[in-house]
Amino acid sequence: MPTSLSLWASRVLALLGKEIKTELRTRYAFNSLLMFSVVTLTAVSFSVGQFALSVQVKAALYWLILFFASMAGLAQVFIKEEEAKTSYLLKLAGPASIIYLGKFLYNWVLLLVLQVIIIPLFVIFLDLELSNLALFLTVSVLGSLALSAATTIIGAIVSKANVKGALFAVLSFPLLIPVLVAGIEGTQLATGGARFSEGWGQLRLLVSFSVVMLTVSLILFEFVWSE
Amino acid sequence: MWWKILLLVGMSLIIILTFTWSPPQAKLGDVSRIFYFHVPVAWVSVLAFLVAMLNSVWYLRTKNLQFDTNSGIASKLGLLFTFLATVTGSIFAKAAWGSYWNWDPRETSLFILLLIYGAYLALRSAVPEETKRAALSSVYSILAFVTVPFLVFVVPRVFKSLHPTDSIVDKNLKIQMSGQVSALFFPSLLAFTVIFFWMYYLHQKVEKLSAKKEV
Repeated sequence: MPTSLSLWASRVLALLGKEIKTELRTRYAFNSLLMFSVVTLTAVSFSVGQFALSVQVKAALYWLILFFASMAGLAQVFIKEEEAKTSYLLKLAGPASIIYLGKFLYNWVLLLVLQVIIIPLFVIFLDLELSNLALFLTVSVLGSLALSAATTIIGAIVSKANVKGALFAVLSFPLLIPVLVAGIEGTQLATGGARFSEGWGQLRLLVSFSVVMLTVSLILFEFVWSE
Repeated sequence: MWWKILLLVGMSLIIILTFTWSPPQAKLGDVSRIFYFHVPVAWVSVLAFLVAMLNSVWYLRTKNLQFDTNSGIASKLGLLFTFLATVTGSIFAKAAWGSYWNWDPRETSLFILLLIYGAYLALRSAVPEETKRAALSSVYSILAFVTVPFLVFVVPRVFKSLHPTDSIVDKNLKIQMSGQVSALFFPSLLAFTVIFFWMYYLHQKVEKLSAKKEV
């Protein structure tokens, strides 16, 4: 176990830095996330044509795109270690909790960067009205926190399995239903012009889900990682 | 041996009495008789989920593969019972509400349980190595279990319920059943639970025998 908290945090950040550095070299995960979102958004835009979508449908689309984009890219963080056979070296680099937190933070950053790009696209192409910007951003940030908290450990599980492609979405969806529901409801409120306090229930659910997922993952990750 | 005979006699009695002796419910009429089978089956599908999760925790603590086998068996049986609960619920829904599927909160919860069992079994079949499969599926089963409380909060908010609640528990969560109904319902609940554990035990025996044969 690490001796002090600051040392521990610096090691987590070092891992995060390493992930970002390798990602900037290949841009594999980010490109697949981004292209997936753009392709889906364009397909929806084309099929909708001239019609205006309701607030409910737009909010649902926003979260569906985030969910499936995560499915396209977020397992990569562990799969690439298995494919490059570098996971053994990473095991020597530090205890499982540090690896988990570093990978989780990296996935969260990835989703946040993705949102920075797709939110303007949503506003431009689908005429998403951000009538309560503060609530919208809070829901998005906390929603992606919950998404990455759950998908990081599932990504670790999937990277150890033999069939990787479809399994990730199959395993993630049942666990992420509460996140998707709360995210969609929160976004509906934010784009429908509700006050910030009306979204409290959704925000609370997203935060408590993330806390529970992170705690359980920190306990269980060691069992997956040591396999 | 004696309890198997008791189970046979008891189960037969329950089936006969359900259709002859039990009073039909005031609002729903004869349709309500499915309650004696549907609720115990649904209870067992949740119980199996709990059994699978406890076995998973125990596997991770002891690394004894027997617990992982048990967890797999409980999940397979859970899938079967969840399926039965969905079908009996659908039959009731058609008779009482007019359509087989309404995305009622209880239907949705059972459906999600079905998805979780399916995902868990898909994961098991994707990993051939025994110890690896045991560790990965144990972790997943615990993860799935901790998300259930969130579903309990979320699902009823999205869908409004038509599900009869007054027949078992009232608003103050007290059990509300006439003597005749509870005299039939609780034995039925017990009988289905015993059947589940019996099947669980038989599957364990089969697994052990086939493991012996391989050696």
